[in-house]
Amino acid sequence: MQPVIETHNLTKRFGTFTAVDKVSFRANPGEVLGYLGPNGAGKTTTIHMLLGMILPSAGEAQVLGYDIVKEPEAIRERVGYMSQKFALYEELTAWENLRFYAGVYGVREHAHLQNTISRVGLTGLEKTPVADLPLGWKQRLALAIAIVHRPQLLFLDEPTSGVDPTARRDFWDLIYEIVADGVTALVTTHYMDEAEYCGRVGIMSRGRLLALDAPSALKREALPGLAWDVFAEPLLPSLNALEGLPDMQRVGLAGDHLRAITGRETRKADLKRALKDVATKSVRVNRVEPTLEDVFLALADAR
Amino acid sequence: MENLIQAKNLTKTFGDTLAVKDLSLQVRAGEIYGLVGPDGAGKTTTMRLLCGALRLDSGEVQVGGCSMRENPDQAREQLGYLSQQFSLYEELTILENLRFFAEVRGISRERWYDRALEILRFVGLDEFLHRRAGHLSGGMKQKLGLATALVHRPRVLLLDEPTGGVDPITRQDFWQLLIQLVSEEAISVLVSTPYMDEAVRCTYVGFMKDGQLIAEDHPQALRQKLEGRIIEIRGKPLRSLRVIAAANERVQSVQAFGDRLHLRIQAGKSRPVIRELKKAVRGQGAEITSIEIVRPNLEDVFIALLEST
Repeated sequence: MQPVIETHNLTKRFGTFTAVDKVSFRANPGEVLGYLGPNGAGKTTTIHMLLGMILPSAGEAQVLGYDIVKEPEAIRERVGYMSQKFALYEELTAWENLRFYAGVYGVREHAHLQNTISRVGLTGLEKTPVADLPLGWKQRLALAIAIVHRPQLLFLDEPTSGVDPTARRDFWDLIYEIVADGVTALVTTHYMDEAEYCGRVGIMSRGRLLALDAPSALKREALPGLAWDVFAEPLLPSLNALEGLPDMQRVGLAGDHLRAITGRETRKADLKRALKDVATKSVRVNRVEPTLEDVFLALADAR
Repeated sequence: MENLIQAKNLTKTFGDTLAVKDLSLQVRAGEIYGLVGPDGAGKTTTMRLLCGALRLDSGEVQVGGCSMRENPDQAREQLGYLSQQFSLYEELTILENLRFFAEVRGISRERWYDRALEILRFVGLDEFLHRRAGHLSGGMKQKLGLATALVHRPRVLLLDEPTGGVDPITRQDFWQLLIQLVSEEAISVLVSTPYMDEAVRCTYVGFMKDGQLIAEDHPQALRQKLEGRIIEIRGKPLRSLRVIAAANERVQSVQAFGDRLHLRIQAGKSRPVIRELKKAVRGQGAEITSIEIVRPNLEDVFIALLEST
């Protein structure tokens, strides 16, 4: 199977700053690949290189078999891009926006435009000015625009940021439907909730790709330790006491309890013993499933 | 612990739209109350009613024991409010911004500087006193926004979706500050958020829908409501498994994630459904590699509440 994206040591420097540092990965046909990292981690710069919008400083990449340096036009014809600040014309209607962008790609069949509107669930809202659409519907329109020229690969930049869980679920159902037709998606996000929807997730920090695997595998293997919920009062002295443990990797406040990541050798009794002198009430300690956030923070800290 | 926020039967209409309907809530000292709900549920309107920026149609708000109707100045003195579109003066430095907000809050010339340094140290901006706000990263702006809301030592803090658009490390830092505030100074925080991973850090969570509070409890207790009813399935191909699961009439909802499905099952039916699904995939070209009952998360509860009311 030919990979949809293949990069080798892809690097981008701006002056002395390395925005993307020797990134190598493959995206396979029909997969939803997530790219998780904080602002400034190099996610958008990577996409811009893959789209042929900026040139790499070193390394190489093929997208859909085309070289990003030599054949950027061939790539852009076949790829859809939904950027975080989707450029919709607020004063135009949903239909006018879609027709405009479709025209840029030479797509003019009325039936296809209507079909695209219906695929993203905007039927009936064609004549609504974009300014009057709620955020969730604007996101759907931006998706329609990204897929109207029938791309084989879709870049989605934080597609559901700011919407509630129901709107997010509905949007992801749309993405899964598009992917089921053989399209590949690369989704960048800094939300852990969103990363959970991806088949594989790459963790990016300060230009480096630190790990890339299925969410469940990352939780199982990429976290170099155990995750615990610790219920102890008062919270801050308990936090300080746990920080003193030799095997403690990270401990933080999590509402009414503490979240701790320890080495693999730590036992429940070790944590309880550390709290013996500070806790005023009885202490509860539970081993828990790590979250993607635990994995992310552990990998980002380790550097 | 005393109730620092006490809202009774709040109602607010805009024209024909009932934005908030008969809403009551309390937040005690030392608690973080998370207000969650879909867009348009009335979270922001509730915040604005609580801080006195909008006038109530009916109902009563007390902040730190002072009535917003009878003693609005005293009630507001005890409040810090960070709105979704909070504004900083981009051309002013961090310190100048704080001086401005301190003056607005009536803090004297002798006292503002020490208080500013103290609060900037707390949010971790004390090394950047003379940097212009326009040159700060998103996370630093967020912290400066928090500092301006805290400059007059309010006992109550209202935060309207404070971490929109900021990354996980910054969000983590921000929440550490909040939890530290409530633990050390016993203030009350009311925070609205669309993110369930933030809601789970709150002491108490209230779900809003159509202007009403439809459920509230500790996050653990809310999750308990669906205990035993969420099944996780892994296998291939997920799309076929999804179709098979959705066809079972005791499956109430099917949610696809990247490498697994989450199903919500009718109360008490998880075991039989697991047996039925295992049987149903045979001969369908699909394979289940694992199927088990998992702990519900807050998002499961959120969806279930929205679908059932």
